[in-house]
Amino acid sequence: MVGYLLLAIVVFALVAFWVGRSAGDRFVTAGGASVHSLPGYHGAFVAVWVGIPALVLLLLWIMAQGPVIDGLLLGTLPATLLDGASNADRSLLLSEIKNVAAGRIFAEPTPEIAAAAQSLLRWQQIADWLMVVVVIAVMLLAMFFAYSRLAPRFRARHGVERFTTFIMIACSVAAILTTMGIIASLVYESIEFFSMVPVHEFLFGLRWEPQIAIRADQVAGNGAFGAVPVFLGTIVIATIAMLVATPIGLFTAIYLTEYANDRVRNIVKPIMEILAGVPTVVYGFFAVLTVAPAIRSAGSLMGLATSPNSALAAGGVMGIMIIPFISSLADDAIRSVPRSLRDGSMAMGATRAETMTKVLLPAALPGIMGGILLALSRAIGETMIVVMAAGLIATLNINPLDSVTTVTVQIVTLLIGDTAFDNPKTLAAFALGLVLFLVTLGLNVIALTIVRRYREQYD
Amino acid sequence: MSEATVSTRPISQDRIRLRNRRNAADFRLRAYGIAAIGTAIGLLAILLFTLVIGGYSAFVQTHIRVDFPIAAENVDPANPAEGNWRAVVSDAMATLLPGSQSPAETRQIAQILTSNTQFFVRNAVLANPDVIGGTLTLDVPAADIFDQLNKGNISRDTPEANRRVSDQQIGWFDTLVEQGRISTPFNWGLFFNADSRFPEIAGLAGAITGSFYALLVCFVISFPVGIAAAIYLEEFAPKNRWTDIIEVNINNLAAVPSIVFGLLGLAVFLQIFGLPRSAPLVGGLVLALMTLPTIIIVTRNALKAVPPSIREAGYGMGASPQQVIWHHVLPLSLPGILTGTIIGLAQALGETAPLLLIGMNAFITSPPGGVMEASTALPTQIYIWADSPERGFVSRTSAGILVLLGFLLLMNAIAIFLRQRLERRW
Repeated sequence: MVGYLLLAIVVFALVAFWVGRSAGDRFVTAGGASVHSLPGYHGAFVAVWVGIPALVLLLLWIMAQGPVIDGLLLGTLPATLLDGASNADRSLLLSEIKNVAAGRIFAEPTPEIAAAAQSLLRWQQIADWLMVVVVIAVMLLAMFFAYSRLAPRFRARHGVERFTTFIMIACSVAAILTTMGIIASLVYESIEFFSMVPVHEFLFGLRWEPQIAIRADQVAGNGAFGAVPVFLGTIVIATIAMLVATPIGLFTAIYLTEYANDRVRNIVKPIMEILAGVPTVVYGFFAVLTVAPAIRSAGSLMGLATSPNSALAAGGVMGIMIIPFISSLADDAIRSVPRSLRDGSMAMGATRAETMTKVLLPAALPGIMGGILLALSRAIGETMIVVMAAGLIATLNINPLDSVTTVTVQIVTLLIGDTAFDNPKTLAAFALGLVLFLVTLGLNVIALTIVRRYREQYD
Repeated sequence: MSEATVSTRPISQDRIRLRNRRNAADFRLRAYGIAAIGTAIGLLAILLFTLVIGGYSAFVQTHIRVDFPIAAENVDPANPAEGNWRAVVSDAMATLLPGSQSPAETRQIAQILTSNTQFFVRNAVLANPDVIGGTLTLDVPAADIFDQLNKGNISRDTPEANRRVSDQQIGWFDTLVEQGRISTPFNWGLFFNADSRFPEIAGLAGAITGSFYALLVCFVISFPVGIAAAIYLEEFAPKNRWTDIIEVNINNLAAVPSIVFGLLGLAVFLQIFGLPRSAPLVGGLVLALMTLPTIIIVTRNALKAVPPSIREAGYGMGASPQQVIWHHVLPLSLPGILTGTIIGLAQALGETAPLLLIGMNAFITSPPGGVMEASTALPTQIYIWADSPERGFVSRTSAGILVLLGFLLLMNAIAIFLRQRLERRW
């Protein structure tokens, strides 16, 4: 029904466009240059009036229809069924009625339920037809109204352009809405979580054992939500990643800006882009299948106890992923140092290395720092590599050969499978998410500020 | 002509040593650079090498040609769907490998074929009921361990206790090889089968369809919204605090970890809006929110690249600002926008973490029929397979990754092609 109605709205809008445009055509043949808007704008004006209100009405109707009918249904049920029923019982009752109405009958329904199912079907039919009638009536009214406003001096174009401007503003607000949605959902669920687990216990507690029972009949531990081991693990892995990526990325950038000729640059740059374009799940698989066993056997050769999902494997592969990120940001930073500085240094007889280390790098340092901070925020937020290659158990240690866990790993493991939004286990993931969001946001803001300041300095 | 005025002052040893040291430092820095680039390229090469080595064998699949006698005692011609297909399969295998066989052996012999053989036979018979009473010859995928044996991934030299296939089973398999019943054709099942518990018949069809739907939703939402937002911010927005906030916001949104978008999708789309779990619609919505900043940024750059002369000519002809944008500037910048959009979609295709949180890592054995049906996506399918212990899934994971990388390569190639063919330099 909704699909046909959407189709009808499109058809009506097209008809409206055609009607409006022929009116515009008539104005032009009659009045010539005195007509304000082109015929197409007259058409678009009528079409917008016909299509958009009907579309909005349809959406509102679809959203409102379910709850309204549910309320009506509960109203018809005898009071004996509803006495003392909780919200969950009510929704169970409603879904039973809906199942019966849809013909999915598992047991013979009680007469009350059967009657309710009958009235549900009837009301749904009435509501559907009412929706069609109302929407079409709205469209006809709107067409009549918009058409009556058309005139040779009528500013149809202004109307249409106001509408498109409104749409464009709405679209640019979408980005703000996304951020607000992120913040609102994280904060809301975190507040729920902190009402069950105190903030200080979460931020400073040393034990993280979140696998508690979601249902009453499950066997599980009592739970502890001290996130320090998780934060520590994240720091360990991110540090390893940065230790791998920073030198390689930085030296790559130095070589590419100062030593490489065009041919080398044309080969190396696309390779870096490939490295950046490989999906993280691929890096995760690489870490599990190749790097972790290699590190383990290397460790046992040297007589070191190495965990099969060592922090070194996850962090090292994460470092590979971040190399192109650092190299391209450092490349940008070095390149944006004014050429005069470089030329001046070379003219004084400095070697390329001296120019680089004594002139270009110090001048580019803020930009490079900004890039490293951005890379760090990416390392902290990276998920798939650690989900596949790092451990699940939160332990307080910083041994890179041992298994550690990270914030993102915990979010994923807590939210895969059973999710009940009234349980600290699920909500803990949102609290971790809030911390992750705030930390990465802070790093990004600092990094972007540094980079922008630094650009202004040389622009 | 005077004497050349070149200084003939002898160069002291110290100066030579200093010069050598400085040159050595220069050389070292260059060497570090080369080493860094070499490391990066070497790591990429190892990555691709292990994927190809691990994955190429999954592109072929061992099949066994079996003649199934469709006896009337097992299959009732009036009601073939209800036949005893298990008996049909074990009878066929028993006749292939004659000799005194205990019931346990018969069961083991039937396990040379994939466990779904009975359904293949049933479907083939249902499609062609005339064979009832005769024999039906089919190429059936071999079970995973025999597939691995045939591909040489299980060594025959390993002591029997340490491998998952017994000497007797190897003997049966060799008999089948001698009978010329084994073939290893291209594994079309990898592309046309959906997921399965059995690696030999697991394929990517469900994941590819799911990813396609999710990307479709992502494109339908993020492309128009992104362009509209970019046009407003670049061309019409007044420079005030509000637009500043929006811009900073967009830049920060581009750097928010992807898993946070997953949390948003879980809390808002699933919990508040009540959309179905695991649906490509939800995946597409989340990916659209992630792609939006990318599209806005590339669109703004493409709009900026259109020279002012175009706009001024438009205004000169009496066009309104919106007419200039919609009729001239936007069409001219469209190639750049499209290129950026395809690259953004390629990023979205590889995105895994947010899809895990909204449940697109479910075990689903048929491709989704629409955006509301539960499904997996290519990267999440890879994640599922990477977690599966069977040997066949290891090579299938690599093969799945190669397929994913192939799609990414294709999308980027299209983007580069578009850029070179359509983009105008002013």
